[in-house]
Amino acid sequence: MKPTSYALDAIFAALADPTRRAILARLAHGDAAVAELAEPFDMSQPAISKHLKVLERAGLISRGREAQRRPRRLEPHPLAEATDWIERYRRLWEANYKRLDAVLQEMKSKEKKTVEALLETVKPKPRKRRTR
Amino acid sequence: MTPKALKVTTPSERELVMTREFSASRGMVFDALTQPELLQRWLLGPPGWTMPVCEVDLRVGGTYRYVWANADGGKMGMGGTFREIVRPSRIVATERYEDYWTGGETVVTMELVETRGTTTLSTTVRYASQEARDAALKMGATKGLEASYHRLEELLKA
Repeated sequence: MKPTSYALDAIFAALADPTRRAILARLAHGDAAVAELAEPFDMSQPAISKHLKVLERAGLISRGREAQRRPRRLEPHPLAEATDWIERYRRLWEANYKRLDAVLQEMKSKEKKTVEALLETVKPKPRKRRTR
Repeated sequence: MTPKALKVTTPSERELVMTREFSASRGMVFDALTQPELLQRWLLGPPGWTMPVCEVDLRVGGTYRYVWANADGGKMGMGGTFREIVRPSRIVATERYEDYWTGGETVVTMELVETRGTTTLSTTVRYASQEARDAALKMGATKGLEASYHRLEELLKA
């Protein structure tokens, strides 16, 4: 159920490079062809293609079908898996349980007040001293 | 890790177990798990969601239904039937999401054990199959492509 460690290694190796992270950030805004991706970098298209191959092998991007442009597309799922969905699920529930802690705290202080009020009603009243 | 940290484990291929301690009596925890006005305050999931519908018929054979909603008009419903209710120690209920595939019946067992004022709540979710469990986990983890992209951008900014 977890991605294999080989897949995880490929993903983390791919993410380790700042150029590749910048490419992913660009693709998060929409598909783009190699030329468009190369533009912001002082790099040749073959150099960019090399980075794209690494990202593709890690399953982080895919190629579109348009024959000429072959735009690259971001594949968000491997990245989501790499960050471990059990941990995400755990965090989701931890947020619920933190709110439950607060609800329980309030229930406890309410109960304490009720008990105190109840004790107050049964507390023997201080007797007045009889005057002789 | 604090001693209270939530533990999530997958002890068998069809199960998911969550264990968490609460500093309250189990009677209180039981009430917070079963009374609508209390449930609506904490069982909310991701940020931005509320639970406008919370109906609980707390008896064996009785049903419950929760509907969550967010500001963008998103809605998610879930419900089921109570199979066992032993206040304050045990609840067994079926669970089904209205818009998601759960591959058959999911059974949730909640057990409450109290030790010196601290209650340990163990929730065991038993899915119909491993595929159903993994799909449910993934649904929680990758809810909405928008959110994934957002998180990705956050990660890439770092």
